[in-house]
Amino acid sequence: MIDTLTNTVLFVMLVLTALAIVRMERLFAVVMLSSVFSLLSALLFVTLDAVDVAFTEAAVGAGISTVLMLGTIALTKPTAKRSRHTAFVPLIVVCVTGAALVYGTLDMPAFGAYDAPAQMHVGPDYLARTPDDIDVPNVVTAILGSYRGYDTLGETAVVFTAGIGVLLLLSGLRRRREDEDEEV
Amino acid sequence: MGQLFNLQFLTGHIHYLLFIILMMTGLFIVVDKTNLVKKIIGLNIFQASVFMFYVSIGKVTGGTAPIFPMDDKYHVDKEALQGIVYSNPLPHVLILTAIVVGIATTSLGLALIIRIRESFNTIDEEDILNIEQEMTRDDNNKHRDVAEGLT
Repeated sequence: MIDTLTNTVLFVMLVLTALAIVRMERLFAVVMLSSVFSLLSALLFVTLDAVDVAFTEAAVGAGISTVLMLGTIALTKPTAKRSRHTAFVPLIVVCVTGAALVYGTLDMPAFGAYDAPAQMHVGPDYLARTPDDIDVPNVVTAILGSYRGYDTLGETAVVFTAGIGVLLLLSGLRRRREDEDEEV
Repeated sequence: MGQLFNLQFLTGHIHYLLFIILMMTGLFIVVDKTNLVKKIIGLNIFQASVFMFYVSIGKVTGGTAPIFPMDDKYHVDKEALQGIVYSNPLPHVLILTAIVVGIATTSLGLALIIRIRESFNTIDEEDILNIEQEMTRDDNNKHRDVAEGLT
């Protein structure tokens, strides 16, 4: 019961933050609010027992991505223009999608059910085998580094590719600017 | 549909409804707002709510975080394990990977925004569309002039 209460309070705060992001025009405030959003979602991850996910989200979502976005708005414009079109069509799209998703969740097992399909197969198996196989107290570490090590390898490849992409896109930014200055 | 008014069903599924509300707020920002940085933030909100939804599937009522107790030799204490319920660690691992991949794609998107600003001098979708239409019109006029000169 207390769990549900905590979750609901966190949810209300998350939704309020998201709505404030919808309303705001100043991008600096929007970026700060998105950082707040990440921190609140990290709190929610703690109540969902995912402590590793929580501190990754706090470090990456509230930390690094805020820094990246601040860098971006420093290089571009600090305010957003009010959009000229009406919000009618987007609202309909969002409502229809939301209704379809809610219809999809009606068949889901109840929140926290111990006999849900997700709790039946590999998850408990990893929990049972970790003390003998790997002998690491944190099961998330054991799965991340050992049972599903190839996933982590793939993740590293993706991050590497994205890093190269960012470097290629941004390299020569200053050089091109100097060229423009010379032309003017 | 009658089960919607059953209290037990409702308490079991209200979390999913709340996740979907958050998700749809993110989708609304992506569809409605014309500023590109705001679109990326909307995408991040959408993504974060998908993560919450996914992690909530692994939650077991009365369970705790999947970290085992240790004995004094820094091995897993197998006797102390008995009778403790743990939440499913597998969704946590998958989402951990997804968060890191998410920041990689976000940074790529932000780099693209910086390049767009360099080329168009704006990061507003409607302005970019107008500039592109103008460029196409100029191109068409130029082609027409050349074609008329040939005949």
